[in-house]
Amino acid sequence: MNHSHYPKDDSFRVSLNGRYRIANLWQGLFFSALVIAILSLVALLYNVVDGAFGYVAYEYKHAPSEFTAKPLDQLNKQELLELLKTNLSSGAYKKLDNDKPMGERSKSVLVTLVLERLFQIDTKQTWSMTDSILHSNDIKAEVADKYPKAILEFRSWLTPVFLTTPMSSKAEFAGVRTAILGSLWMVGIAILFALPIGTGAAIYLQEYADKNFINRIIQTNINNLAGVPSIVYGMLGLAIFVRTFEGFTSGSMFGVTDSNGRTVLSAGLTMGTLVLPLIIINAQEAIKAVPDSLRQAAFGVGATRWQTVWHHVLPNALPGILTGSILAVSRAIGETAPLIVVGASTFISVDPSGPFSKFTALPIQIYQWTTRAQSEFHSIAASAIIVLLILLLTLNATAVLLRNRVQRKY
Amino acid sequence: MQNNQPEIAIETKNLFIFYGSFAAVSEVNIKIEKQKVTAIIGPSGCGKSTLLRAFNRMNDFVPSSYVTGEILLQGQNLYSKNIDPVEVRRKIGMVFQKPNPFPKSIYENISWGAKINGFKGNMDELVEQSLRGAALWDEVKDKLKKSAYELSGGQQQRLCIARTIAIQPEIILMDEPASALDPISTLRIEELMQELKQNYTIIIVTHNMQQAARVSDYTAMMMLEKDGSRSGTVIEFSETKRIFTNPKDKRTEDYVTGRFG
Repeated sequence: MNHSHYPKDDSFRVSLNGRYRIANLWQGLFFSALVIAILSLVALLYNVVDGAFGYVAYEYKHAPSEFTAKPLDQLNKQELLELLKTNLSSGAYKKLDNDKPMGERSKSVLVTLVLERLFQIDTKQTWSMTDSILHSNDIKAEVADKYPKAILEFRSWLTPVFLTTPMSSKAEFAGVRTAILGSLWMVGIAILFALPIGTGAAIYLQEYADKNFINRIIQTNINNLAGVPSIVYGMLGLAIFVRTFEGFTSGSMFGVTDSNGRTVLSAGLTMGTLVLPLIIINAQEAIKAVPDSLRQAAFGVGATRWQTVWHHVLPNALPGILTGSILAVSRAIGETAPLIVVGASTFISVDPSGPFSKFTALPIQIYQWTTRAQSEFHSIAASAIIVLLILLLTLNATAVLLRNRVQRKY
Repeated sequence: MQNNQPEIAIETKNLFIFYGSFAAVSEVNIKIEKQKVTAIIGPSGCGKSTLLRAFNRMNDFVPSSYVTGEILLQGQNLYSKNIDPVEVRRKIGMVFQKPNPFPKSIYENISWGAKINGFKGNMDELVEQSLRGAALWDEVKDKLKKSAYELSGGQQQRLCIARTIAIQPEIILMDEPASALDPISTLRIEELMQELKQNYTIIIVTHNMQQAARVSDYTAMMMLEKDGSRSGTVIEFSETKRIFTNPKDKRTEDYVTGRFG
C-alpha cells in the first residue's frame, strides 16, 4: 500500500550511493583517529629511545696512562684490585672495602670504580640518537674543536650495569637498582594490603549485600574513588600513614629507631589505598561474570552461601581478579605524585632492606633526573623510562596471558 | 484399606508467592503423591517455575520475594521460622532447565554435594550408585576424572540428575529438564524419570504437553487468573489421564487440545 512512498530503482540507487559516501566518510574519520593514536605512541617511544642512546664526549681528569700501561678492558680482576689499592688513599680503600669487600665485587663494578675514582671521567656533552646518526661528522668536528682532549664514543646509557648500580651523584655511574627495588617493595606491600581487602569487599558487595539504597551509595562512591586524583591519595597517606600511624609505619613500635614515617611501608599502604577501588571494581566484574546457574547448582545440592562462594564463585572468578589486580599494580608502579607527598627520597644509594626502609621509586628517580641541568642526566632518565616501560609491559603481558590461558568454561 | 490411602510427599495450603506487592502465584492447594511424577503445565508466564522453586526455597534468592500460606513436608511447614532453607534444599533436590554441571571433574560433580553435606560413607560407591541411578555410569565410568564439560548436553543433564540423587533427597524438582536437549536425549531423560519414581517423588515443570502426558501420573494445570491480576494459579489438578481426556475446566481443555492462545 505504502509502496509508492519508497524511491524507485534509479533514485534508490542514487540515495544508496549517498548513504555509502557518508559511511565511507565516517570510516575514514575513525581510521584517522586510530592513526593519530598510533603516531603519538610512536612519538613517545621514539622520544624515549632517542635520549637513551647517542654520542657522548668525555675527558679523563687523569689520563689512564698515568696508572696503567694496558687498556682498561684488558686488565683482569686481580690487576684492577691492585690498581685501586695502590692509587686510592688507604682510608678511601678501607671505606669501600667496608661497604662491600672488594674481592667480592664483580669485574664491571671494579672497572666502574677505576673510571670514577682514578681516571675521574668528566662528561662534556651528550647528543641524542638522531643527531648522532644524522650529524655524526658535525659532532666529530665540534668535539675536535671544543674539547681537543675529549674522547667521543657512541654509547647506550641503558646497560646491565645501569640496572644493577645504586644511585650516584655522577650520571655516568648512576644506576636504578635502588629505585627498582624501592618500586618492587612498594607494589608488593600495596598488593598484600589491597588484594585481600579488595576481594573481600567485592565478594560482600556482589554476593551478600542487598540491593538497597545504602549499598547503592557505597557502590557509586567506590566508582568515584577510582577517579580521585592520585595526589589526594598522597595527602591521605601523609596524614594517616606517615603522621598518625608513624609508630607503626616507622617501625618504632617494633624497635626500629633510625627511621621516621616516610618509609616504603607508608608508600606501599598509600598505593594500596589508591588501587583499592580499582581492585574492588575489577573483582566485582570477575565475580559478576560467574554465571548464576553455577550458584544455583551449588545451592540446589544444599550448599550454604559461603560454600557456594568459596568452592565455586571464587575459584572461577580468581583469574579475573588476578588480572585486574595486575593491571592495578601497573597503575601503582607508574604513580609519582603520591610518592612525592608521602616522602620518597630523591637521593638514596642504599637498597631498601625491609618495610621500614627509606626508599625511592622509578618514577621519582626519573622525575629527579629530568629536572637536572646536565644533559647526561636526561640520557639516564630516558634509560630509566625504558626500564619502567619494560616493567609495565611485562606486568600487562602477564595479565593478558593469564586472561587467555583460562578459557571460559561455562 | 490403608494401602488404598495415597501417601502424600508434599502439599501446599493456600499458597501465595509474591514479588514485592505482586502476587505471581495465588491460592495454590495441591497434594503431591509420593513416588509419582507430577507435572505442572500451563502457558508461559503463569508462574509454573515460581511455584516449583517455592518447593525448595530457591525463590529466597530473588530480592523482595516472599510467600504466604504453607508448604508442608511431612507435616512441617517449609516456610516456618525455625526451618533452614539449606536443610530444605538438602531434602528437595533440583534439576535445572539448562544443564549446569560444576566446572570440575565428573567425579567431583557428584562428590561435592555429598562432601559438603557431611557424607561419611564410601564416596566411590556413592558416585557409582548415583551415576548408575542416572543411567550414565556405563558412558562415563572410564573418564570420571575428566571435566564434566566434555560431556554432551544430554549427558550433562543426566549428570545433574546424578548429582541430585547423590544427596538422597526425598523429592526431585525438575524445571523443564529436557527443553535444551535433542529428542533422543529427551527420551532418555523421560525413561530415567520412570525409573527414578520408584525411589523418589518427582515434580516436573514442562512446556511440552506430550511430555507431560507421557511421563506424569498427575498434572497440575496452571493459568493466569481471570480477574486480570496477571497472577497465576492452579485451575485444575488431577490424574494426568483425566486432564488430557476429560478435563473439568474449559480452559484446560482448550489448552491441552491446542486451542489456546
